Amino acid sequence: MTMTLNTTLDDSGEDKIDTEERIKIRDIEIVDVIVMTGSAISALALSYFFFQILLPVSGALGFLVCWYVFFNIISTVAIWELRGAVKAKDHLARTFIWTGGMIAVVPLILVLGYVISKGYHSLRPQFFTQDQKFVGALSDATEGGGAHAIIGTLEQVGIASLISVPLGITTAVYLNEVKGRLTKPLRMIIDAMSAVPSIVAGLFIYAAWILALGNQQTGLAGSLALAVLFLPTVTRTSEVVLRLVPGGLREASLALGGTEWRTTSRVVLPTAKSGLVTAVILGVARVIGETAPLILTVGGAFVMNANPLSGKQDALPYFVFRLIRFPQEAQVQRAWTGALVLVILVLVLFVIARAIGGRGPDNISRLKKRRLKRKGLA
Amino acid sequence: MLTLEGAEPFIYRTHGALVANSPSVHYCANLMSARGPRKYVVSVVGQSAPSDLAHRSVLDEVVHPVVRRSGVDRIFRSVATSSAVITFILMGLIGGFLLVKGYDALKVAGWGFLTDSEWAPDQGGKFGIAAILPFTIQIAVVALFIAVPVALSTALFITEYAPRKMRRLLTAMIDLLAAVPSLIYGLWGLFFLQPRLITLSKWMADHLGWIPFFHVDDQYGTSLGIFPSSTFVSGVIVSLMVIPICTAVMREVFSQAPPGEREGAMALGGTRWGVVRDVVLPFGRGGIIGGSMLGLGRALGETIAVTLIISPAFTAKWSILDQGSNSIAALIALKFSESSTFGISALMAAGLALFIITLLVNAAASTVVSNSRSGSSTEI
Repeated sequence: MTMTLNTTLDDSGEDKIDTEERIKIRDIEIVDVIVMTGSAISALALSYFFFQILLPVSGALGFLVCWYVFFNIISTVAIWELRGAVKAKDHLARTFIWTGGMIAVVPLILVLGYVISKGYHSLRPQFFTQDQKFVGALSDATEGGGAHAIIGTLEQVGIASLISVPLGITTAVYLNEVKGRLTKPLRMIIDAMSAVPSIVAGLFIYAAWILALGNQQTGLAGSLALAVLFLPTVTRTSEVVLRLVPGGLREASLALGGTEWRTTSRVVLPTAKSGLVTAVILGVARVIGETAPLILTVGGAFVMNANPLSGKQDALPYFVFRLIRFPQEAQVQRAWTGALVLVILVLVLFVIARAIGGRGPDNISRLKKRRLKRKGLA
Repeated sequence: MLTLEGAEPFIYRTHGALVANSPSVHYCANLMSARGPRKYVVSVVGQSAPSDLAHRSVLDEVVHPVVRRSGVDRIFRSVATSSAVITFILMGLIGGFLLVKGYDALKVAGWGFLTDSEWAPDQGGKFGIAAILPFTIQIAVVALFIAVPVALSTALFITEYAPRKMRRLLTAMIDLLAAVPSLIYGLWGLFFLQPRLITLSKWMADHLGWIPFFHVDDQYGTSLGIFPSSTFVSGVIVSLMVIPICTAVMREVFSQAPPGEREGAMALGGTRWGVVRDVVLPFGRGGIIGGSMLGLGRALGETIAVTLIISPAFTAKWSILDQGSNSIAALIALKFSESSTFGISALMAAGLALFIITLLVNAAASTVVSNSRSGSSTEI
């Protein structure tokens, strides 16, 4: 860049400009490395001095914090001396922001790691096939299983999705495609409802469905509570996805003589498909771990009840929530196994959602491109 | 027919050339190839349509000045509308039911609901949220104190600092952080974090005790045993659930910072921090405030993790470090099974109070956020 600039100036015969070295924004220089290493080492020495000799305190976390503070002070001062105040501030901000970004990830790893390390000992295949019928509080943690809870959760979440997903997506279609007098108040009320704390949704179903209408605590009641939570989420997220569909596509479809129904069913929804699927799966991943509304509605059971319409049912999160409060070691261990299975379920759903979605509507995956090519469309 | 505000849609017959030049029409032709485009028609929709002479010059004649709706369309519209009405009614029902059911209890308690701090509706005693509400707010504030700085720097890190590959990974991890059930956080907090965190609580009580929030009054001195199940511990756990929400909102707003100004600041010799401070942060102020308030709404309603951690207390206090705390959501989860119909009504009233607070917070948040970005439909 500088070279070409120079030659053109020389050719024109005008007075030469002393071109400076071009500033490289992202280069790491040897001085920086030396400053960083030096600061790290001296901070280590300083915090060791403070911690072990001067102050009567101890602890790994305190040492780390101490080191971090010293490191920042020393390196900032060093850069201030070498490069000036602006660079020093830039450096300090960079360290803080990097630290913040890392801090957000640490708990995720710790949480997942802890659940796995606690749960995997007693995870046996029969956890997926047996219930707690012949299991006492004192029997071994590997005996019995959580099949009843898994079935319950799957049924409850399934029914909740059957209610909420079609209703939510058509509502989103109404909000974004059909539009009418209800649009504004509806959007307001959906925003309001996504503010409902999960326990309040459970309380509502308990009071309305169980107390007022005289139904029993069943899996269905749990599904209704989950559906109440799921509906605003799925409506909001699918509305966002539908809004991403370019307006030009709709106009073009209408221009080609397509009806509104055709435009929505063959242009808008297929374009937004991956986004919608992702939204729904992520929604399911959230709902599957909801515990609070289920405490009030499903009743809980230790034996298999595959019928969501009658009798108390169990759910995986509720299973964990109940067992973790037992004093017996084996019960607590069972709860951890359940927690691990729950986490695995969420992770699987999450990975599926990521694999399907995670791209914009115009970003076609490699597989799809090949398929389109075969049809001769792309 | 798509109607943009204020304009009546027109359909024109045009030369084929105009249609062929439009990439969006191509795309549509592919998608609709089952039936295939039969006419070269383009609709010019929008406010500029009737007066746009440039378009007029290539248009032959006006075919349909008005929209004709087919029978299918009418069915489609009514299905969509009726599902909207169902959602509307369902949602209204929840709010209404809370109000009606809660009213039974509110009538009995009167203003005492706001000033009494014990909770004994079934024993014929007083009940009110005078202690529970401050606890709820304390937990949420502790959570925000931790979550907002972390979320802010994470959002800045993702949009400004992280290398491209790391950006995708980090976004996925933050999304995953949001997907982990709160029950799992509660368990982790109870078994892993709390035993470690109370040493920090003790340190804060010993050294920062002069701050009223950290002051611990204990006749035996500050032993570790008085620090578990506190507002502080539950606030820390709740912060983990708030971080992804705040981060998502802030990240979205930061990434919309105008590239022109960003590059301008760079070109003037600004450092990366200079760009962040003078372009990204001022532009994203609405997102920061809105995201934090959305987080607050979530923190106020968090149930299960708080239920697992706290040991219920019914006397409001300033100190956040020592044992005993409460929250409206946790109160409902803990009390419902032993409550009669009237007790449930009282819990409904508490739920209503929580609902109104979260509603106000969320409404304010979404106003702030939507004012800070444009949200109309995307155009090609």
